[in-house]
Amino acid sequence: MATTDYALRPVPQVIAHEVKAEPTRARWTEWFTTTDHKKIGILYIVTTFAFFLIGGVEALLIRLQLGTPNNNLLTPEHYNELFTLHGTTMIFLFVVPMMAGFANYFLPLMIGARDMAFPRLNAYSYWLLLFGGIVFYSSLFWQPPEAGWFSYTPLSSEVFTPSGGQDAWIYLIHITGISSLVGAINFYATIVNMRAPGMGWGRLPLFVWAILIYALLLILALPVIAGAVTMLLTDRNFGTHFFDPTQGGSPILWQHLFWFFGHPEVYIMILPGFGIISEVLPVFARKPIFGYKAIAASTVVIAFLAALVWAHHMFAVPVPTVVLGFFMLSSFLIAVPTGVKIFNWIATLWRGNIEFKTPLFFAAGFISIFVVGGITGIFLAVFPVDWQLTDTYFVVAHFHYVLMGGAVFTIFCGLYYWYPKMTGRMLSEPLGKASFWLMFVGFNVTFLVQHAAGLSGMPRRVYQYPADAGLTAYNQISTVGSFILGFGILLSVINFVRSYKRGAIAGPDPWKANTLEWFTTSPPPVNNFDIVPRIRSVEPMKDIRRQVERQSGIEHRETAGQPVSFV
Amino acid sequence: MSRIRAALRPESSFRRRLVAALLLATIASLVFASGAFADFLTPESGGSPNADQIDSLYKIILYIAIVVFVVVEGALFYSLVKFRAKKGRVAAQIHGNTRLEISWTVGAALILVVLSAVTFAKLGSIQNPPNSSADGLQLAQGVLTASTTEPTPPNGKKLTICVTGRQYIWRYTYGANCKSNAFGLPYSYQEMVVPANTTVVLDIQATDVIHSWWIPKLGGKFDAVPGYRNFTWFKAPRAGELYRGQCAELCGRGHADMTARVRVVTPDEYTAWLAAQRQAIGDANRSAVELRRQLGDDGIL
Repeated sequence: MATTDYALRPVPQVIAHEVKAEPTRARWTEWFTTTDHKKIGILYIVTTFAFFLIGGVEALLIRLQLGTPNNNLLTPEHYNELFTLHGTTMIFLFVVPMMAGFANYFLPLMIGARDMAFPRLNAYSYWLLLFGGIVFYSSLFWQPPEAGWFSYTPLSSEVFTPSGGQDAWIYLIHITGISSLVGAINFYATIVNMRAPGMGWGRLPLFVWAILIYALLLILALPVIAGAVTMLLTDRNFGTHFFDPTQGGSPILWQHLFWFFGHPEVYIMILPGFGIISEVLPVFARKPIFGYKAIAASTVVIAFLAALVWAHHMFAVPVPTVVLGFFMLSSFLIAVPTGVKIFNWIATLWRGNIEFKTPLFFAAGFISIFVVGGITGIFLAVFPVDWQLTDTYFVVAHFHYVLMGGAVFTIFCGLYYWYPKMTGRMLSEPLGKASFWLMFVGFNVTFLVQHAAGLSGMPRRVYQYPADAGLTAYNQISTVGSFILGFGILLSVINFVRSYKRGAIAGPDPWKANTLEWFTTSPPPVNNFDIVPRIRSVEPMKDIRRQVERQSGIEHRETAGQPVSFV
Repeated sequence: MSRIRAALRPESSFRRRLVAALLLATIASLVFASGAFADFLTPESGGSPNADQIDSLYKIILYIAIVVFVVVEGALFYSLVKFRAKKGRVAAQIHGNTRLEISWTVGAALILVVLSAVTFAKLGSIQNPPNSSADGLQLAQGVLTASTTEPTPPNGKKLTICVTGRQYIWRYTYGANCKSNAFGLPYSYQEMVVPANTTVVLDIQATDVIHSWWIPKLGGKFDAVPGYRNFTWFKAPRAGELYRGQCAELCGRGHADMTARVRVVTPDEYTAWLAAQRQAIGDANRSAVELRRQLGDDGIL
């Protein structure tokens, strides 16, 4: 047998068969009525990616405004609206629901389930998300919100922000909050009840571990923000005074409630990304994950500590020193499990046979960027130092290193890794790598100098800065970088669109991966699997390939990134 | 020509060495340039002891951070380059190493213990103001206040200035205790005038939305929250300096225009300025009363 035959043969050959029902309605109506977790996953991913592009355009407008000192491209009103829309969109309409999209598509496949535990609730989650986004963005036709994504009171009260945009923001939080909450309950119920035979907690894929903890954190944090925005809503519209200092209320109460949600939210955004990295690195290093238990345990520890660090966002408000000290130490503690993860990832690469495909570029790029974000987080946790750094561009740089370089790079890693499974087509590698390098370079050019701008005295959320403040060079470098970054993202969009029809046929398992989603066709049929194998380790696909080799007596060369045919 | 082409081939050891040398040079310049680029990589300082202490605490963290950064990124890039896919190489099937994992967990925790110890050791010099110097403004013994959060130098003598933030300007009231009615006291907007070598305590409040007081060279930010009092202090060493800053918490559409200046003068100049300011405010008030009376007489008001 010639060696080329191996690539043509899907290994293993036990795959699912699609049973097509006679279509009774037009095909496109399926997208509105579906309860299939894969279709809903695609809806999530496409919708949130569209919001990502909108949020990206808002970011480029912000950078254009700051490109020169004393610029009058935007009015202060429009500038405030833009950063409010940008922050809110990226967090509530992109990163969190994008992770839900990945979880929707891959969680049942990874644990060998037929669908989610509550398929109709799942569809409900998606439609709430979409309508939440529409409610929010329809404020563009009247007056968008302008009090920032954390809407501090009293600025967000009806006296200082009378426009309905602020109420649109409240409804966005409510609607997407309910969406995430029922979604989280669904993920939790699915993971706990619907795992394949033999898949104990020690054999759960690390992405599924991350989604389990993501769901728990959402269930913990979302009711708090729901309560807080309800109080803001009644303060604004029905004459209550929860946050009004002139009537015995407290603006600091809002900050406590908001950040009690807001900090777990940060981990809600990044933990699934950690999960994606923990899945991708072993596949491309051709090596088991280093320290499976430590990575799973550190996810749990991070989630626990995430609920104890919220006031490190409030080091400059009047609070006693003992409180400052507590939140500094708890924020330090969270660096330990995060560091453990990074060490384990590097150890996974160590002595591997690393195949440089695009998902690995994004995974490695993520680690190198996230290390910087983690280190600057330590600076911010030291509260006397934070007094200089908080509310400056240093913080802006820090959370973009964590969320843009962190969460967004993991999302691109996931998109490049799972696109063949979702569409049946491979993405272009040269285009993917070009996109990665432009994004990586553009990202660092944009955000590295922002640390220096903050240290030199540039507060965040200012629409102008004077020409003599020494900030011009930093801002010009940053603006140039943002357009390099934007161009890199555009290349990926072209890649996603172009490969949908023209990519090489992927076959069931192009990466020779480890988890169960590769044990079915690409894209998988409605029923996912014909048979679900008994799970004997955290790498069931590797076990199956080995078994096929033993039974057939033919040793396969396992290289990631081999499509079955080119078109 | 052929040698250059050979050098650009990926397998060329020359190219590999070049890349390694460039990488090393970048890291080395980052490490050794930290002194030269003090203002680029560190917070502003030089206007007050607390700002200087924050700066030195920041630098200690920065040095530890640079070591951690170089080690972690070095390990990452070394593994990516060293263990890239090669024909015939088989990845080592290692699942973990408990002793190694425990040691890097403990190692990370130890670094944080050191950082905590350094922070708490430095905290006193950042939070607690020193006495005014002999050549500073001569102050009377301060009034004892019940507040436990208001910073007070050991001898109790301080110059208190009430800072009030509102959309979109800072107001400074001199010499009040900030809780009682401040009528009749001298005040100024936007530019604060302070005597050199004198411990100045700021009592920071807001009347409408949250603002944040920040003069980078004089120390950290302190939010002005309606309904709350916040405190900070500074002691500027040199007369003739002008320190600039601006509101650091989003306070509305004019947020970027809410600037602040602190002008440091000698104690004598300060006393003279205060008297002149009091005089000017009194004159303005009297002329306003006069104008109002005239308008009333003319039947306009």
